[in-house]
Amino acid sequence: MELFFSQILDGLSIGSVLLLAATGLAIVFGLMGVINLAHGEFMMLGAYVTYVVQSVFKPMGGVIFQLYFPVSLVLAFIVTGLIGVLLERTLIRQLYGRPLETLLATWGVSLILIQLIRSVSTAMMLGIIVGVAAGLLVSKLLRAKFSLKPFFTYLNGLGWALSIVIGLIAVNVFDQVRPLAKPWFGPRNIDVTAPKWLQGSWGMIGTIELPGLRIFIILLSALLLLATYWFLNKSVWGLRIRAVTQNRQMSNCLGIPTDRVDSITFGIGSGLAGVAGCAITLLGSVGPNLGAAYIVSCFMVIVLGGVGNLLGTVIAAMLLGIIQSVIGSGTLLTIFPDMPAAARGVTEFFATTSMSLVLVFIFIIVFLQFRPNGMFPQKGRSVDA
Amino acid sequence: MVQNLSRRLFAGLAASAVSITLVSCGGGGGGDSAGKFDGEVKVGILHSLSGTMAISETTLKEVEEMAIKEINDAGGVKVGGKSFKIVPVIEDGASDWPTFAEKSQKLIDSDKVAVVFGGWTSASRKAMLPVYESKNHMLFYPIQYEGQECSRNIFYTGAVPNQQAEPAVDWLMKTYGDKLGKKVYLVGSDYVYPRTANTIIKEQMKALGGETVGEDYIPLGNTEVAPIIAKIKKAFPDGGIIINTLNGDSNVALFKQFKAAGIDPAKYPIMSFSIAEEEIRQIGPEYTTGTYAAWNFFMSLDTPASKKFTSDFQAMYGADRVTGDPAESAYNMVYLWKNAIEKAGTFEDLDKVRKTMIGIKFAAPQGEIEMFPNHHTSERVLIGEAEASGQFKILEDSKKAIPPIPWNQFVPETKGFTCDWTKDRPDAGKFKM
Repeated sequence: MELFFSQILDGLSIGSVLLLAATGLAIVFGLMGVINLAHGEFMMLGAYVTYVVQSVFKPMGGVIFQLYFPVSLVLAFIVTGLIGVLLERTLIRQLYGRPLETLLATWGVSLILIQLIRSVSTAMMLGIIVGVAAGLLVSKLLRAKFSLKPFFTYLNGLGWALSIVIGLIAVNVFDQVRPLAKPWFGPRNIDVTAPKWLQGSWGMIGTIELPGLRIFIILLSALLLLATYWFLNKSVWGLRIRAVTQNRQMSNCLGIPTDRVDSITFGIGSGLAGVAGCAITLLGSVGPNLGAAYIVSCFMVIVLGGVGNLLGTVIAAMLLGIIQSVIGSGTLLTIFPDMPAAARGVTEFFATTSMSLVLVFIFIIVFLQFRPNGMFPQKGRSVDA
Repeated sequence: MVQNLSRRLFAGLAASAVSITLVSCGGGGGGDSAGKFDGEVKVGILHSLSGTMAISETTLKEVEEMAIKEINDAGGVKVGGKSFKIVPVIEDGASDWPTFAEKSQKLIDSDKVAVVFGGWTSASRKAMLPVYESKNHMLFYPIQYEGQECSRNIFYTGAVPNQQAEPAVDWLMKTYGDKLGKKVYLVGSDYVYPRTANTIIKEQMKALGGETVGEDYIPLGNTEVAPIIAKIKKAFPDGGIIINTLNGDSNVALFKQFKAAGIDPAKYPIMSFSIAEEEIRQIGPEYTTGTYAAWNFFMSLDTPASKKFTSDFQAMYGADRVTGDPAESAYNMVYLWKNAIEKAGTFEDLDKVRKTMIGIKFAAPQGEIEMFPNHHTSERVLIGEAEASGQFKILEDSKKAIPPIPWNQFVPETKGFTCDWTKDRPDAGKFKM
């Protein structure tokens, strides 16, 4: 019985990490049909927000430092959410209904974000601001004078090319000032320290150890899930989001601002990714490549659970977590000590972390043969793209 | 209007993206080719400057450039009465193993370099090996690795198992064998180095009359270790010895989650083979304090040569940087090559350089090392305990450099085999003693 509970606890904790990472994507992919390959990078941004908050709180020391984590959870949501809104307004919006282009464009965004984090410095930030400001200004001036001329588009393009050059020059000028040229984070992994109250164990139930951060992550993912559920089903904006998901044209006719609904949906999805990123700083390393480790598992959970269904996402995440922990830790051998030699051999073969992941993928492939739309397929009208 | 605004913003984003790319490609170049040299000698530097391995390999590139700069500042290499300026040709292996082979070919064929310094992962070395063998060229490889290889065209300046893993296991058994029993649990990344190293450790444990109670591998980059914790607790309910050959990000996950699960270094001594000062900085010293590592060089090594190496490196790249074993090894190989070509009086006649290389010595930051006939260097063996400062306290020191044994003598398949490139025989790379 104890073994059973400790296995369930391990499974839940693996599953809750998957769930935390996948909730944001479930909204973006499930409700908007946007294949966001930059989702992992939003998690990475959330993790870097945590790092920045930690660095700000560190000098204060004592009790205040112990409290940095809740603050960074909130800030991670806000910052990544805003970046998500910016991305939706500028890029994703142009690509609705073109899944392949969205996929490629968001992949490009993910590469840009990774490289940005690696090489961003004050000089580069100032250069980008100068470049974008110059571009907007030139474009505005041109519009005032030539907006009706047939060659306006080319002129505008030329204006932007000019501002790129200006931006580049600005970066190089600022780079000469040494303190400005120092990268903020650099390409190396950074060290985020969990606050003391999350580092150790939270006591025992019987002989089962309760690792603090695991319990915290389980609670956090449950809380976020409830909040998301409440938002989608009880709030006004949730109602609008669901309406747009079901029928965009009709919602538009009824006066729902679909543009803003799209921005908000994408922003919330991205914000949740940021929170997940903040939480996984407790578990693993933080570096520019952090997102790559999670993006596959996120899609795996969503595809298995059924697109656009929160309950499916929860069950899929927990199922995968429990399979991974029960198989990977070889518990089956303890539960059934007398299994026949052949079965024993197979079980032992899969009882390593590597092989249990292989088994998870085999399970998903087989499962999707029978339920191609996941456990809980969306019923009725399909998600409009 | 909104449409227009967002189109403009989109263009702005694209513009800034382009400027980022251009900036990161720009810079560098220049340099003063003063008239004090009689000529130039090109050398290749081939490490991953992008991708997952960039974090570690960039340091090697930096340290090699530092060694080259030192040599040039001191008047260059003196070959046959003339002085030559070393000009590095830097290529990016991009953490992609076939790219390492392609770039090697490019360095040899179109840049006509005299030697290549490169690689980190065993996979990248295995990819490059055929290129250097078929072109009969020369590669220096700086990282501790699993051994079981001895190429005519590669010089290895990192440790083989008898200079790192085996002494570390001996030390663990000596220190903890009575208290915790002669049992170990092996955790590693799922690729060639940890698997081969663990095969050797298992054979060694057998020879020592001990037992390997468990063995587990995590895919590179995976960060979920809960099942491993469950297995370790089952195998060692009251504590036991863990040997860790994980590489990269998984280490951070392992140490963070170990701490949460109450796996404490006092009860569960952990020996790691891929954790140096730089990795500790990234994991966070509070998670690694009390764990052990085995290397040939520690930044905390208290000798004038070691201190000078670290202070020179920090003067060039910033006071917050740390040195460690891989960096030291990369530094050594540039000097070993320089000493050899100066003695040989040529850098173009590779056969002559290769013959002269054997027996070449260098006063390295760790102490004196020597290139052996099996193309590996002798190495000092150090075992350290990680401290809260992020540095290692040295607990065990072999004092003198230990000769390398590339073909492992614990593994039945290679027991009794050796490698000696001074012997004039076709199978000099692997023959029965």
